[in-house]
Amino acid sequence: MSARDLIQTFSLSELRQGLAVTLRYLFAPKITIQYPEEKTPLSPRFRGLHALRRYPNGEERCIACKLCEAVCPALAITIESVEREDGSRRTARYDIDLMKCIFCGFCEEACPVDAIVESHILEYHGESRADLYYTKQMLLANGDRYEAEIASAREQDAKYR
Amino acid sequence: MEQSVLAAFAWFWNLFGWWDALWALVKPVWPVIWIIIKIVAILVPLLLGVAYMTYWERKIIGWMQGRIGPNRVGLWGLLQPFADGIKLFVKEILLPTKADPWLFLLAPVLAIAPALAVWSVVPFFEGGALANLDAGVLYVLAITSVGVYGVIIAGWASNSKYPFLGAMRSAAQMVSYEISMGLALVCVLMVSNSLNLSDIVRAQDHGMFRDWGVKFMSWNWLPLFPMFLVYFISGIAETNRAPFDVVEGESEIVAGHMVEYSGMAFAMFFLAEYANMIFVAAMVSIFFLGGWLSPVSFLPDGILWFFAKMTIFLFTFLWLRATFPRYRYDQIMRLGWKVFVPVCLVWIPLTGIWMMSPFNIWK
Repeated sequence: MSARDLIQTFSLSELRQGLAVTLRYLFAPKITIQYPEEKTPLSPRFRGLHALRRYPNGEERCIACKLCEAVCPALAITIESVEREDGSRRTARYDIDLMKCIFCGFCEEACPVDAIVESHILEYHGESRADLYYTKQMLLANGDRYEAEIASAREQDAKYR
Repeated sequence: MEQSVLAAFAWFWNLFGWWDALWALVKPVWPVIWIIIKIVAILVPLLLGVAYMTYWERKIIGWMQGRIGPNRVGLWGLLQPFADGIKLFVKEILLPTKADPWLFLLAPVLAIAPALAVWSVVPFFEGGALANLDAGVLYVLAITSVGVYGVIIAGWASNSKYPFLGAMRSAAQMVSYEISMGLALVCVLMVSNSLNLSDIVRAQDHGMFRDWGVKFMSWNWLPLFPMFLVYFISGIAETNRAPFDVVEGESEIVAGHMVEYSGMAFAMFFLAEYANMIFVAAMVSIFFLGGWLSPVSFLPDGILWFFAKMTIFLFTFLWLRATFPRYRYDQIMRLGWKVFVPVCLVWIPLTGIWMMSPFNIWK
């Protein structure tokens, strides 16, 4: 141990350096986001709660092609299709089990008519597993409720696709 | 002090005209009542201090990590300690099946009792100690040593591996650091020529710098600077605080001796730890920073100076915790035995030689 090391050790120089760093941070501005009151910005690509969209005339977009059901890696989507009176193919049942869903966004990518989308909604909850089993009516209701936000998010992202 | 308290009581009861009758009843037991009043006057602020120490710990460590800390309960989170206290109070005290029930419940009591009992000799201001013992330092060393039993018995009685490991570590660590703590105090005792805590403070109130008006330069911290550091660092190790908190090292043995405890039994250990922290801060202030003495001669001495000095050391406790990673267990042992004990053993004869030389500043 050289004399220099000895002086360094006994003057606690390295400890004082560390203390200086923490003291500086004591007065530095804080980066905490106080969640319910303040929120971080969300990307338009954010993949949150699912929604089924409609065309502006009220017709539902989904044509029951079942591409989403096929691509879903978690097997969270269940679709049954029927022929409507006008001869078009529509879904009789469109269920997403959010307990299975991994929010990968493949359903959204696979959809040829932009019917199933993942919205910006991230604050939802269920008090049992059954509460998180979303049926067609619930998904369509989501779509109706958030159509403006969903459409604007698709619009912002369109040029990168 | 006693007279003015009595006068206040007399004034209050005389509003109803009851004082003379009351005093006739109370007079035989008044000494006991007076001591109880003093105990309450020490313990209530102490426990409030402990409560807000937990709050400030979370706040300051939060700030040092770029966070805000608790701010939801009350204004700026100021009621957080009470929320925590109520939560711990209403929780169930679990008794593990294979634990020794008596020792298991005795351990928290053994931890908190000495942590509160040591405060009886602390002089808060001139003549302001509950018991002005002539062997005050001895009493402090003796009672703080009892605190280790709480930890060891808790570890043993839990009958579980992590508490047991924690207890083994604390037994070794607290005993080792008591030695360097005691040796550091030997220098203080030599220069102040007394074991009485009030006399130790008074002994720091003379010297060349005091006559010049810069009283803080004549306190023990300057001539005994290495002992000041050794004592404070040993004090941190003695209270099992970071960076010497291997006893409850979260990443290795969960919470050490406290693993099996819940509710108020757990809170007792917590209270004891924080009361000990505040006590170490008080002791450093008394031994090395002149207790209640004012740092400059144009300001009066008083209890506020004592609290101000304690605050500095309590902040340092939190500051160190926010800064340093935990020592490895063998490094703690090395620091205690191979660094602090030799440094003390060198400094004691040096102090002795200094005192015998013509340059003695403590005459």
